[in-house]
Amino acid sequence: MAINVHKKIENISFGLFSPKQVTGMASAKIVTPELYDKEGYPVDGGLMDIRLGVIDPGLRCKTCGQKLKECPGHFGYIELARPVIHILFVRQIYNMLRSTCKYCGHVLVPETNLKKYLVNLDKIGEEEGLEARRRKVKDIVDKHKIKDKCPHCEKKLDIIKLEKPYNFYEGEVRITPIEVRARLEKIPEEDLVMFGYAAGFRPEWMILTVLQIPPVTMRPSITLESGERSEDDLTHKLGDIVRINQRLFENINAGAPEVIIEDLWDLLQYHVTTFFDNEVPQLPPARHRSGQPLKTLTDRIKSKEGRIRHNMAGKRTDFSARTVISPDPLIGMNEVGVPQVMARTLTIPVRVTEWNKEYLKKLVENGPKKYPGANYIIKVDGRRKTITAETKDEILAELEVGYIVERHLQDGDICIFNRQPSLHRMSMMCHRVKILPGNTFRLNPAVCAPYNADFDGDEMNLHVPQNEEARAEAQILMSVETQIISPRYGLSVVGCIHDAITGNYLLTKELVLSREEALDLLYASGVDDLSALSHKDKVDGKEVFSALLPSDFNYAGKDKAGNEVKIVNGQLKSGNMDQASLGHEKGLMLRNIYERYGEAFTADLLGKISKLGCTVLARRGFSMGIGDLDLTPEARAEIQETINKAEKDALSLIDAYYANELEPLPGRSLHETLELRILEALNKARNKTGDIAVKQVKDSAAVVMAKCGARGNPLNIAQMTAVVGQQALRGKRIERGYNGRTLPYFKKNDLGPKARGFVRNNFKSGLTPNEFFFGAMTGRDALMDTALRTPKSGYLYRRLSNAMQDLKVEYDGSVRDASGRIVQFMYGEDGLDVSKTKNGILDVKSIVHDVMGGAK
Amino acid sequence: MTFDVTKHHLVPKHTKLSESEKSKMLGKYGVEALSLPKIMTDDPALKKLDVKTGDIIKIERKSKTAGASEYYRVVVEG
Repeated sequence: MAINVHKKIENISFGLFSPKQVTGMASAKIVTPELYDKEGYPVDGGLMDIRLGVIDPGLRCKTCGQKLKECPGHFGYIELARPVIHILFVRQIYNMLRSTCKYCGHVLVPETNLKKYLVNLDKIGEEEGLEARRRKVKDIVDKHKIKDKCPHCEKKLDIIKLEKPYNFYEGEVRITPIEVRARLEKIPEEDLVMFGYAAGFRPEWMILTVLQIPPVTMRPSITLESGERSEDDLTHKLGDIVRINQRLFENINAGAPEVIIEDLWDLLQYHVTTFFDNEVPQLPPARHRSGQPLKTLTDRIKSKEGRIRHNMAGKRTDFSARTVISPDPLIGMNEVGVPQVMARTLTIPVRVTEWNKEYLKKLVENGPKKYPGANYIIKVDGRRKTITAETKDEILAELEVGYIVERHLQDGDICIFNRQPSLHRMSMMCHRVKILPGNTFRLNPAVCAPYNADFDGDEMNLHVPQNEEARAEAQILMSVETQIISPRYGLSVVGCIHDAITGNYLLTKELVLSREEALDLLYASGVDDLSALSHKDKVDGKEVFSALLPSDFNYAGKDKAGNEVKIVNGQLKSGNMDQASLGHEKGLMLRNIYERYGEAFTADLLGKISKLGCTVLARRGFSMGIGDLDLTPEARAEIQETINKAEKDALSLIDAYYANELEPLPGRSLHETLELRILEALNKARNKTGDIAVKQVKDSAAVVMAKCGARGNPLNIAQMTAVVGQQALRGKRIERGYNGRTLPYFKKNDLGPKARGFVRNNFKSGLTPNEFFFGAMTGRDALMDTALRTPKSGYLYRRLSNAMQDLKVEYDGSVRDASGRIVQFMYGEDGLDVSKTKNGILDVKSIVHDVMGGAK
Repeated sequence: MTFDVTKHHLVPKHTKLSESEKSKMLGKYGVEALSLPKIMTDDPALKKLDVKTGDIIKIERKSKTAGASEYYRVVVEG
C-alpha cells in the first residue's frame, strides 16, 4: 500500500491556537448536536459531518475527497455563545491576572526593575536553558502579585482570588470569563516577555471563544451487532457542548433573564472543562448513562494506559510466545525447551538458494501441520502465500532461488527468553531452541537465579529474531554464556541449585564408586572423554568430580563449612563441593574457571557439573521423611530441660522486674531491659536446643541439604525437631491484642514467655492452639509486608531507571548524561568495571602470579 | 558562635582552582564549565573560599572504593 504523505514534519512547536487559527484551519462549522439523519447519513453541520473525515466505508470525505483509511480527518470548530476558560490554563491565567494592572494592563513591576529582570532572564535562558528560565519567571511573577496599587498608573488594585476549579473573584465580585479576557487583551506585547511568552502569542487565547472539534477519525463510532451505533466518548461530550451552546445562543437572542443565561453559561463551562479533563478535583466527572466516567482528552494521553506509556513507549511484537515454565536439568544452560505446537506457529524466514533448495522443498512438502515444515512462502515480488494442502503442489512447482520460505522453528535456532519484571539485563537472555513435547517452556535450573524464576506457575516470554543482524546481535551480546558474570557484583549469577549442589556434595564427600559406576555416571553427565578417570577398581567421588575439570586448573578456597578446598592440576585434593564453590552469587570456583577458560567452557562445565550432581542424587537416592527428625529420648529430655530452664530464667527476670531489682541497661528503660533480657534468654535456649537437635539428626537429608547450602538452614531443622521459638512482631515479643494480654486465655499483664508468643513446641510434635495463633500473627505480618513492599519498590526502581537511562561511561572513564553534562569524573570513583572484578575486588596478587608464569 | 562545617569529618576538602588549573581541568575533560556539576555560592563549605560564579571548586573526597577521589563543581549563583 502506498503511503500518502500529506506533510513532512520538520519541527514541532508547542503553543496556543488563536481563534483565527482555529477557524482558519477548520473545514466545517458545527451548529447542530444531531449526528445522523433518518437514513443514517451524517448531518451537515453535525458532529459527524463528512467534511471532518469519514469513518464509513463507501463514503468520500467532502474536504479531501478521499475514502476511509485514506482521509486523515479534518478539524472543525464551534463558535461558543459566551467565552469559557480553558481548564488546563487556569494557573497561568490566575498568575497573569494577579501580576498585571486591570486598568493599564502593565505588569506590576516598577519600570526601573523591568529592564534588569529582562536582561537577567535572557542570561539565565541562555546559560541554563529554558527550564531554568521558566523557573525564574515563576519566581518573579510570584514576587509581584497584586499588593496595593499599580506602580504605573497608581490606581488602587484589589486582591484576586481563584475559587477552584475556574472561578475568579476580585474581592467579593466574580470576574466573568468575558472580563478576564478583556483584561488579558490589555497586556501589552512587551510585558508578555516577562511571562516568558514568545512573540506572536497572546494570553487571551487561553479563554476560549471558539472550540476546536477534533476530526471524526480520532473518535470513530462502533456499529454494534444489533446494527445500533455506539458513539465515542468524545463525540458524546462534544454533543453536550453543542447542545448547551445552542440553548445559550437561543436564550441570549430571546433576551432571557440573566439568571438563566448565567446557569447555561456555567453548564457550558462545565462541559468544555470535562471535555479537556474529566478528572478535575472539584468537579463531578461527566458520566455515561451507565454511570462509568467518560474518557476525554487528558485520559487518552496520561498515565499507564494513555497514549504515551501504552502506545508510544510500549510496543507489541509478532513472533513471540508465552507459556508456563518447568525445569529440565538435562538440557543445556543456553537452551530452552519449546513446545512443538509453538514451533509450528513461530517461523523463521529463509531465503532459497541453490544449496538449500531441496531442504526447503522438503519443509514446504511437510506443510504447516507436520513438523518440521513451513507456513508461508514469500515470492520475489514480495507477495506472500500460505502453504496449505491445496496450494502445496503449486508452490513446490514454482519455488525457486530468491523465494523466502517461512519455516518452523527448529533445534538450534536463536531466540530471546525473558521473564518479567525485567529488572536487569540478565532478565532477557539469548537461548538456543530445543523442540520438546509438552506444552511448557523448559529451562535449566541453573538459569533460575538470573531470571528469578521458579516453577510454581511462572510464565515466560520467547521472542524469535527474524533476520541475521538481529540474530547475530542477540547471540553476541545476550547469550547466556556472556551473561554468566553479573555486572553488579562481578560473580557468577548462574550456578548449581538444589539437587545439583546436594549431589556434588555427597559425591565429593563420601561416595566411593566402582569404576563401572563412575564411568556410567560421567557418561550420563555428558562427558565423552573418559580418559581423565583413574584406572583403579574403586574410584573416589572426588576423582569422579575431578574428571570434569581441566587438567591444568588450580584453585584454593573455602567451602561452606570453612574447610579448605584445594584443586591442584585439575584434581580435587581436599574439601567438598558445595554452594560456596558451585552456587550462584558465591561460586568462586566458577568465577575462576570463567576467568581462565572463558565463557563457553564455563557454561559447558556448569552444565556437566549440574547434570553430574542430579545424576548422582538420582542413583544414590535421596529422600527425607518424618523419621529424619526423630530424636533419642535423652536428647528430647535435654531439650525439654533447656527450655524449662530458659522459661524459669525468664520468670525470675520478671520477678526481679516487679521487685525492682532489675539493673537497667544503658539507654534503656526498665521495661525495655526486661524485654531484651527475656528475648536473649529465650533465643539462647532455642539456639542451644537447635544445636542439640542438629547433632542428633546429622545423617538426615535435611541436615545434608542445610550443610551444603542446597536448601534450608539449621534454624529450619531446629524448628521442626526442637522448638519453634519466640514469635516477634516488629522486633518485639507479641504484646498487642486485648487490654493487657495477647489472648483471653492468659491473665492480664502476664509477661511470661507463654503469654507473649514463645512457642515451646516444635513442628513435629505440633503446636497448641494459642501457639499456632501467634505463628499466624507473625505469618500475616510478613505476608502483608511483602505485599505492600513489592509495588513500592517497583515504583522506586522505575523512577531510578528512568532518571538514569541515558547516563553512560565515556572513554575517559567519566560518566555523562545525554547532553554531555558530567555526573561522575571517574566511574564509581575508582573506574573499575565491576564485571571484571571478583565481588568488586581486583585481585592484583593473582594477576601478577599468572603473569609471572603461574609458578609460586 | 557559628560552627565551622569545613572542620567536620564528613565535609570533604574544598579548594578553588586557579585560572590555569581551571583551563587545564576543562581541557582534560573537553567540556564547558556549565557541563560540570554545580555548587551554589552560598554553600556553607565555600564560606572561607572567596568564590564568584564561574569558579571551579575541587573536592577531594575519601572514597570507599578508590581510597581518594577528585570531584569538580562549578560555582553558580544561589
